[in-house]
Amino acid sequence: MSETLHEIRLRVNGIEHELRVPARRLLSDALRGELGMTGTHVGCEHGVCGACTILVDGEPGRSCLMLAVAAQDHEITTVEGLAEPDGTLSPVQQAFAECHGLQCGFCTPGFLTTVTAGLRRDPCPTHERARDMIAGNLCRCTGYQNIVRAVERAATIGTERAATLTTERAATVGTERNATIDTERAATISTERAAALADRGSGVSS
Amino acid sequence: MGQPVQRVEDQRFLRGGGRYLDDVAAGPGTLHAAVLRSPHAHARVVDIDVSGVLDVPGVHAVYTYDDLTGPMAEPLPVLIPHPALTHGRTQYVLARDEVNHVGEAIAIVVAEDRYLAEDAVDRIVVDYEVLPAVVGIDAARAAECLVHEDVPGNVGARLEQTVGDATAAIAAAPHRLELDLEIERSACMPLEGRGTVARWDPDAGRLVLWTSTQSSTGVRAAVAAKLGLDIGHVDVITPDVGGGFGVKIVHPWPEELLVPMAARALGRPVKFVEDRREHFVSSAHERGQVQHVEVGFDDDGRLLGLDVEFWHDHGAYTPYGLIVPIITSTQLLGPYKPGAYRVVFESLFTNTVIVTPYRGAGRPQGCFAMERTMDAIAEYLGRDRAEVRAANFIAPHEFPYDHGLIFQDGRALEYDSGDYPASLEKLRKLIGWDEFAAFRRECAAQGRTVGIGLACYVEGTGVGPYEGAHVHVETTGKVKVATGLTTQGQGHETAFAQIVADELGVPFADVEVVTGDTRRMPYAVGTFASRAAVMSGSAIVKAARRTKEKALRLAAEALEASVEDLEIVEGVVGVRGTDRSVPLGTLSVLSNPLRYAFDEASKAATQFSVGDSEAPPVAEGEEPGLEGKDFYSPVHATFASGMHAAIVETDPATAEIRILRYAVVHDCGHLINPMVVEGQIHGGVAQGIGGALYERMAYDEGGQLLNASFMDFLMPYVTEIPDGIEIDHLETPSPLNPLGIKGAGEAGVIPVSAVIAAAVEDAEGIPIRAMPISPSDLHTLREDHRS
Repeated sequence: MSETLHEIRLRVNGIEHELRVPARRLLSDALRGELGMTGTHVGCEHGVCGACTILVDGEPGRSCLMLAVAAQDHEITTVEGLAEPDGTLSPVQQAFAECHGLQCGFCTPGFLTTVTAGLRRDPCPTHERARDMIAGNLCRCTGYQNIVRAVERAATIGTERAATLTTERAATVGTERNATIDTERAATISTERAAALADRGSGVSS
Repeated sequence: MGQPVQRVEDQRFLRGGGRYLDDVAAGPGTLHAAVLRSPHAHARVVDIDVSGVLDVPGVHAVYTYDDLTGPMAEPLPVLIPHPALTHGRTQYVLARDEVNHVGEAIAIVVAEDRYLAEDAVDRIVVDYEVLPAVVGIDAARAAECLVHEDVPGNVGARLEQTVGDATAAIAAAPHRLELDLEIERSACMPLEGRGTVARWDPDAGRLVLWTSTQSSTGVRAAVAAKLGLDIGHVDVITPDVGGGFGVKIVHPWPEELLVPMAARALGRPVKFVEDRREHFVSSAHERGQVQHVEVGFDDDGRLLGLDVEFWHDHGAYTPYGLIVPIITSTQLLGPYKPGAYRVVFESLFTNTVIVTPYRGAGRPQGCFAMERTMDAIAEYLGRDRAEVRAANFIAPHEFPYDHGLIFQDGRALEYDSGDYPASLEKLRKLIGWDEFAAFRRECAAQGRTVGIGLACYVEGTGVGPYEGAHVHVETTGKVKVATGLTTQGQGHETAFAQIVADELGVPFADVEVVTGDTRRMPYAVGTFASRAAVMSGSAIVKAARRTKEKALRLAAEALEASVEDLEIVEGVVGVRGTDRSVPLGTLSVLSNPLRYAFDEASKAATQFSVGDSEAPPVAEGEEPGLEGKDFYSPVHATFASGMHAAIVETDPATAEIRILRYAVVHDCGHLINPMVVEGQIHGGVAQGIGGALYERMAYDEGGQLLNASFMDFLMPYVTEIPDGIEIDHLETPSPLNPLGIKGAGEAGVIPVSAVIAAAVEDAEGIPIRAMPISPSDLHTLREDHRS
């Protein structure tokens, strides 16, 4: 007796996937097996270690405690979806690299997703709140010291990047305005030139 | 060298691009395995009925012992034989007629996916005749029941070492003490468990095996031997490994043999990845020991004679020989001169999971015995605990110091270098040893109970036999480095690239390091005993130097200069004081005389472009290619050391133990990457705190492991680890290797139980003789102490 398969649509990191899975297939297994997105790791399969943490509609969730069929109609974000569209590491990823917040890297995806959501809620956590933010995830390598540092550093990077973005946006607006002026001026010049050439009767227009 | 360079491996780990064992696809149509494991600690297997298993849709095969032939039907190897291991026993790949611990493999099912394989496992019916289980050291010693019928007294080994006449020295000493001590089991618990995937290539007649191991060459040799393959037909690739801490040095695990066997038989790739419960009951544990110490000392607390007897629980089998108890028995001495010394241990069988090295590998227990003894001496004499230790230190001028014992590598226990008084001085300052009395008074005034403790250790790191390295400069100038030992998160890709960049004079970003791939370096031993930096680091230095010598020879010819006038900067060889130079990439082209050009650069190396037409294109004694290979094989280990101190607070009502401060002074010689070394210390200390306060393997008397899940086995979260671990380094270089380095991987964990015990004892005024200590343990101790 073969298992009944269910057709489901999973929206992961902004991309929609159609797949057929048995009802009992864990979301973690579907992400890793069916979709080949192996960045989400499974450390205990009973929801304690947090390695498999993903974002479900922006909130951290254990993908080993969720069935794939139950994940329809939700926006799933995995570690593969954290970097900026141009490939730049997100503030949290960047901070983990700078602070040596990972060693073997196996638990790391769960920390990254957890902290990403945590800093959205609390962009400038106190030291105590930074520790609390990661208190539901197990790491066997780092002793957590540098992970706490990474949370705090990520908050700083996030703030810095937001500030830079604002400045850049202002600059972009300015540039665009200048560009418009340039285009207008160029258009005026070519019109003038065309007119002059026409006057000479060359028949050439720009 | 010496710089806190950010890790290159992190780029893939942070993007979800790491490739761990379960991420390896191994090809289309990969099948998945699940294992039937014994539910009993001790039983005879009367019958196994697998009929009905193959009826499960999607099941491809089921194997039991009866399906094994040749070497596969023989017991697993004793990896490290020792003459004292008179009754070593190992399990069969699948249980033959007896199981000796809950979790022992009995049958394996291969199916389309793991869900189906587990369904099928449930259909196997086994008829057991349950036997009485031997659980714990007391039961093993009592030997009312035997684990193995042919092992009298449950004693696998008894080993004694002596220096001088300890019994006489103790009898003649002005003061004597005896201590009975106990340490419970814990385990490595990497977040990624064991796993293996294999692909048999019938066209090439080759086996490719990926496995989450600490020894790819060890697995390769074992798989070849068991499956009757030539070693040259087996490739073992270690992918990214999600933590090891020792447990993954054991090989071959039954699954590491069954998976390739099935892959070859079925013509499809086969994968096995254990789940967390399987890791608890079918990988390995460590630590469990009972110890009896007798010591004689003078008025200054100086040791005159030390006699240690201990009983080591090695579980159901002894695949890893006597390494752990030998390390306990030798490294127990720490930085001290014991006077006369006698140590004897019995390594005992129990019906529990096997015991093999876990980070520290017997040292935490040895350190516990010695440091508890030091504290007991100080208490007895009413002297300062730090001063008693200082009175026993090996002095800086006494190195090399030979203890007259045989270490775990079969070599002399000879310390190469160290400066223990300097370490102690740093530690006293770092923790504020001398100011603690005032702090204690302050706390007492507020109704708070605090205590301070310290402990010292010496760790033999970088044991042999050897490691090797291959350094290859490609025609692009990029440098490819291979070393055979494996990586489980230590940042080898970064640290080893730092070494090569320095030695060869190339940009760090141009160096790429591969570890644990037998295709790239078939000669290697493995990652254990804090040996990677010492062994592979040294081999890499030597290989890089060979490569550099060759580059300079080639450049001297190309630039018509003498080697002495050349230097390599940023990957370009130049003649000092001139603008004449040649990039290493070009030298790589020239090093390989070509008949056929394939691009612009390679034209320069073809036969009408280069070379003396009178001489052989490859000179006598040279080889084509700009590369170097070399090996490092030291006479014996190098000895790192360190000292930890902690201040704890105990709750008068709840008996909760809180670590207020934790300080580490660490000496691993020269540092390659201080950021990585500190990370190793942090992780080690955290594991030590787990072992000191939270983690134990809760076996019931029937041999059931009651806490085989992360819900019940209390691995520390951030909330259990102190906020800040203060670290100071001392750098006493090793004279034994070219970089003057010593190992750093395990150190952090070694003295933690001893330190916490000392601090709790200091806070409570109650002798602490067993670890770990939970609030209820402390509560009981208080009750007992009052009555």
